[in-house]
Amino acid sequence: MVEALNVKNLKKSFGGLPAINDVSLTVQAGERRLIIGPNGAGKTTFFNLLTGDLARDAGTIQLFGEEVGRLATYRRVHRGLARTYQIITLFPKDTLEHNVALSLMGLSRMRWNVFGRVPQTFFDEARTVLGRVGLDGAAKRPIAEVAYGEKRRVEIAMALAQRPKVLLLDEPLAGLSREERGQVKALVAGIPRETTVIMIEHDMDTALDLADRITVLHYGRVIVEGTRAEVVADPKTREVYLGH
Amino acid sequence: MRWIVLIVAAALLPLVAGEYYINLASQIIIFAVFAASINLLLGYGGLPTLGHAAYLGVAAYLSAWLQLKLGWSQWTTAPVALLGTTVMACAFGLIALRATGLGFLMLTLALSQVLWGTAYRWVAVTDGDNGLRGIVRPAPFGLNLNEAMPFYYFILIIGVVAIWMMARFVISPFGATLAGTRDQPRRMSALGYDVWMIRWVTFVYSAFWGAVSGLMFVYYHKYIHPVSLSLANSAEGLLAVIAGGSGTLAGPLVGAAIVLLLKNWASAYIERWNMLLGFVFVFIVVFMPEGVVPGVKRLWRRFAVWLKP
Repeated sequence: MVEALNVKNLKKSFGGLPAINDVSLTVQAGERRLIIGPNGAGKTTFFNLLTGDLARDAGTIQLFGEEVGRLATYRRVHRGLARTYQIITLFPKDTLEHNVALSLMGLSRMRWNVFGRVPQTFFDEARTVLGRVGLDGAAKRPIAEVAYGEKRRVEIAMALAQRPKVLLLDEPLAGLSREERGQVKALVAGIPRETTVIMIEHDMDTALDLADRITVLHYGRVIVEGTRAEVVADPKTREVYLGH
Repeated sequence: MRWIVLIVAAALLPLVAGEYYINLASQIIIFAVFAASINLLLGYGGLPTLGHAAYLGVAAYLSAWLQLKLGWSQWTTAPVALLGTTVMACAFGLIALRATGLGFLMLTLALSQVLWGTAYRWVAVTDGDNGLRGIVRPAPFGLNLNEAMPFYYFILIIGVVAIWMMARFVISPFGATLAGTRDQPRRMSALGYDVWMIRWVTFVYSAFWGAVSGLMFVYYHKYIHPVSLSLANSAEGLLAVIAGGSGTLAGPLVGAAIVLLLKNWASAYIERWNMLLGFVFVFIVVFMPEGVVPGVKRLWRRFAVWLKP
């Protein structure tokens, strides 16, 4: 098996407070990995370290065998790492297709073109990607005018548009209605296995179905890792979630 | 279409206006190019600068100094002045873009103040408070540009090219990414964009057009003084952009016209014209906080709805 992501002894502290404390993790190519843990466990910080939004204090981050820990965020993106945000981060005045076209252009040399126009092919492809998340009909609408659940799907569409090798989904089901959760779950389940998916999620009922393996973080440490059955059966998981 | 109408109207202006108004129109075009170059940073990049007069002043000084002290021709001084100022902007960008927001504002201000102080104190080169005088206007293809009308057309052509080049820039794919870095820089990094480099390229491009306005400025006045590098000059440019509407193509043009008309026209009739300028800006900020161009558009849309049966 090819290792998509190999993290060793990753550390990050804020002041004197360790947020990620010696985390080591290996995710195989094509795997669906769920990262869970109570609030403040360091899940989003872990994602921010993987993407380069935060600088690590120590440790290594290998993406398909290449050390990327020193690279800037955008360079990691060019190596196949994409993400969505827990708090939706879109361009609200722009249309859905413009948002996705920006995502497509991020990996194209076209982004440095200072005298042309954004080629129509980017918008055509953006509509195709929006079709994958069921939003091609709303392509011309501004982000500010679409519902919260649709914005979540645009977030995922923007990440998928880049055909990532590793996709980080930060609470993709947060704030969604039951129906919308079902739609996004189906969307995540439909992501082809060429893309490795690592997901943070609190909605266990939905998220556990999607995961091949699960990692439990607590106070910045990996306390349990394994299959769904192994994690659920482990007393440490119950201790973290139920307090006994 | 609206732009073509505007250009045609500007081209026809000397046929109906006297010399005073032709000269005033030349100044408005020069200031509009300066304001539009600030707008690239402020309106499209979200980077408020208080040091843009540095590029106007340095290009003007370089051109004047090369002509007066070394005796170079305009065909040589202009490109050297533009190149020199742009290279300086490359270095300034490395320093100023270590910060954004207020930090960026203060760094640009500090850098321009260094140049302003240098222009005042380095008397051997700049003639200090006396400024450099006796600059000769260029004579492209043997045309005499000393009269108001031919000089106005010269300025109009350069102004149109400058505004067009800046407009092309902001509607380009790069312009779309620049707007993205203004609205969501973190997201842009996560989409594969080198946010710092996008800002730096824009900084240098903006400084280049600031330098072009500096050449136009020195050709118009045939004189350059350290005040052209001052904070007041940078602030006037910034105010023109904010008043006209930052992040719009027409905003800096309208803002430049407001500032120059108030300065030149109102000052002829009102002694305390600075007060009037202040009141006008307060009025704009209170009633059209987005600027005159977007504000008028908003009011027009409301009016159109009201007119509908």
